[in-house]
Amino acid sequence: MEALGLLLHGFAVLLTWKTLALMMVGLVLGVFVGVLPGLGGPNGVAILLPLTFSMDPTSAIVMLSCIYWGALFGGAITSILFNIPGEAWSVATTFDGYPMAQQGKAAEALTAAFTSSFIGSLVAVLLITFLAPWISSFALKFGPPEFFAVYLLTFCSFVGLGREDKHKTVIAMSLGLLLAGVGMDTVSGQLRMTFGSTDLLRGINFLVAVIGLFGISEILLTMEERLALRGHAASISLRTVLAVWKDLPKYWLTLLRSSVIGCWLGITPGGAIAASFMGYNLAKRFSKDPDSFGKGRIEGVFAPETAAHASGTAALLPMLALGIPGSGTAAILLGGLMVWGLNPGPLLFVEHKDFVWGLIASMYLGNVVGLVLVLSTVPIFASILRVPFAAVAPMIVVSCAIGAYAIQNAMFDVWLMLGFGVVGYVFKKIKIPLAPFTLALVLGSRAEDAFRQSMIISGGNMKVFWANGLVGTITTLAILLLFWPLIDRLVASFGKASPPAAKAEA
Amino acid sequence: MRNLIKIAATTVALFASAPAFAGWEPTKPVEIVVAAGAGGASDQMARMMQAAIQKNNLLKQPVVVSLKGGASGAEALMYMKSSDGDPNKVLIAYSLIYMLPLSAKLPFDWRELSPVAVIALDQFVLWDNVNGPKTVKEFIEAAKASSSPFKMGGTGSKREDHVLTVFMEKKTGAKFSYLPYKSGGEAATQLVGGHTESNVNNPSENLEVWRAGQVRPLCVFDKERISYTTKVTETQSWNDIPTCKEQGLDVQYLMLRGMFLPGKVTPEQQEFYVDLFSKLVQTAEYKDYMEKQALKPIFLTGKDMLQFLEEDGSLNKQLMTEAGFVAK
Repeated sequence: MEALGLLLHGFAVLLTWKTLALMMVGLVLGVFVGVLPGLGGPNGVAILLPLTFSMDPTSAIVMLSCIYWGALFGGAITSILFNIPGEAWSVATTFDGYPMAQQGKAAEALTAAFTSSFIGSLVAVLLITFLAPWISSFALKFGPPEFFAVYLLTFCSFVGLGREDKHKTVIAMSLGLLLAGVGMDTVSGQLRMTFGSTDLLRGINFLVAVIGLFGISEILLTMEERLALRGHAASISLRTVLAVWKDLPKYWLTLLRSSVIGCWLGITPGGAIAASFMGYNLAKRFSKDPDSFGKGRIEGVFAPETAAHASGTAALLPMLALGIPGSGTAAILLGGLMVWGLNPGPLLFVEHKDFVWGLIASMYLGNVVGLVLVLSTVPIFASILRVPFAAVAPMIVVSCAIGAYAIQNAMFDVWLMLGFGVVGYVFKKIKIPLAPFTLALVLGSRAEDAFRQSMIISGGNMKVFWANGLVGTITTLAILLLFWPLIDRLVASFGKASPPAAKAEA
Repeated sequence: MRNLIKIAATTVALFASAPAFAGWEPTKPVEIVVAAGAGGASDQMARMMQAAIQKNNLLKQPVVVSLKGGASGAEALMYMKSSDGDPNKVLIAYSLIYMLPLSAKLPFDWRELSPVAVIALDQFVLWDNVNGPKTVKEFIEAAKASSSPFKMGGTGSKREDHVLTVFMEKKTGAKFSYLPYKSGGEAATQLVGGHTESNVNNPSENLEVWRAGQVRPLCVFDKERISYTTKVTETQSWNDIPTCKEQGLDVQYLMLRGMFLPGKVTPEQQEFYVDLFSKLVQTAEYKDYMEKQALKPIFLTGKDMLQFLEEDGSLNKQLMTEAGFVAK
């Protein structure tokens, strides 16, 4: 149990009043930046990074990572209350969290989100603590074909497991893939679909699209239907929190499944966003009552939040051990590490034990303190729903605009966000699902790069996706999921009737 | 007349601590524009500058780093181009200023910006996996003998790494399949994982995996060896890596790291930044950074810099043309 000793040493490094104070400051700041859509973790960390140059590395990373935890918690707040995901991985939280808030169960939804975030992070930290070396070597097994297989798995699980019309899911996904192609193409080094515009050079930022698609379109819909937020004054008390916690054991399977998915995708660089979607879809698939998902089911909050936070936490591991950031925030933390003279890489764990184990210990402590902090502020956030719509709506729009602007300091993005708001409104009216669209937008270019790199490796031979056990398993699983509805029906008919009857049914 | 002298005297007193010619200084936060993503070599350099300026009080205004890595850095170039006359933005440029206009037909010319200083030259090293061939000769032979072409990882397409790969092919007759990744860090991990046979990363990009004994440097693409002789791994220093020419592979390439202001700034403003960066390169932070990243020291301003840029630009253009990477 070498890890345990090192962890205790980490706690010893951490438990000073100064570090604990910095931790609190970081968490509070983090929740605030997390609540502002678009501002989110990456920007919060980037803005505060220079403040830490004069600190010692351990204090600095503890404060910055606490901003990160705070932002992760904060992102759930706007998703549930206003249907505006603060971070990419909060998108799936809106599916059931927002309907719950509309039904007056905002406090339950927030409690569920925070609690499951905590559980997800905890599982991932435990994993990091005891399996760090093994995980690093696992991540190295991922070459272009493996990456593509993972993305394919995510896309296929959407088509196969989604409840929406298959053709509409495919339409939405294709549109997302198309827009993901705007900008510089990594493989050919050429500009695509920029039409000579400087603003389109950057490509279409995923967060700008999400803020418009979910936030602005929701405001438009509300304006059309009735000029009020649909949440009623929720009864908020310790009782609500305890009631949610009491039900928790019932969902152990969902929590466990989402944690596993989250950890697995988190250590796969770039997989964190896919995790929350997959967590949600699988929970829906294996539920006894899948039709109630999307209508305000608490399990629909547990599943994506657990997965998102497990992966968000696990994503720090490839950053530390391989120098490959798993998320935007991790990338900025990476820049910080280098300023303090710490080079992420295989030797970091050997040469800077104080730092690494201090950070890991801060993950435990930061999450516990963060959970208490956000839970105690649930009443404040939930009461926002009681403010008249006429006062809240302009504030939401302004905060969306600031968020969209701040991502790349570009006015063009604010117009783009409004444009996506209209697109989101139309999509909702004609019942085209938004989730596959956003998923394709965020993973599209990575999937494309990985596919074309694989094709360069194999000289155009598709067998490369079954070249070894790892990639073959993932690819096969992806294809199985794509045709899951057919397989499901076949299996069911074989199970309950004699073969001739099955044939008749199929 | 007496009043004039008085004013002059006060002015001199005011700027006593600054050099006599510093008639201008920034009144807004200074923005260091990075033409690459977070964590890349340019970002690290910008963070080092931010820290060095702050710790040594070189500027009264705060320094912010803005990442404009979209479209492989094209975003930063267009951003600088559209900031004519704004003296609070300074770009960390590298060879993309020559290459992107050629390969992607980007409407950009470095002559439209105001050059401040060339502050470093970055090296390129041929690396292979530690389980691979041990010398350049063995490596090339293995590449020729292999049934499927050796995979060479690199950053981006039709850029430095890709150009070097093409020239290695031309000199040796071996064939490589070039795999463009989004960053040098990714190219490093893919080499460690055995998904590629080699890469031509900058020293800083492969430093950590080299120290961990996962990759092997075969040769450096310069006329002379890297000057740093302090041991980096347990047994080797940067200076122990032979040049490619010593190993019979006559290919050289160095990449500038230089600072530019937007176009149409005043000579005083340009002068201020020349002064700022000449102080910056004297700081301990900068020197430490240079050695850690194995960068080649150089400091050019004014006419020397212009001459360097013209020569370097036409060399890059020639290489790009020969490699067939110029878009028609």
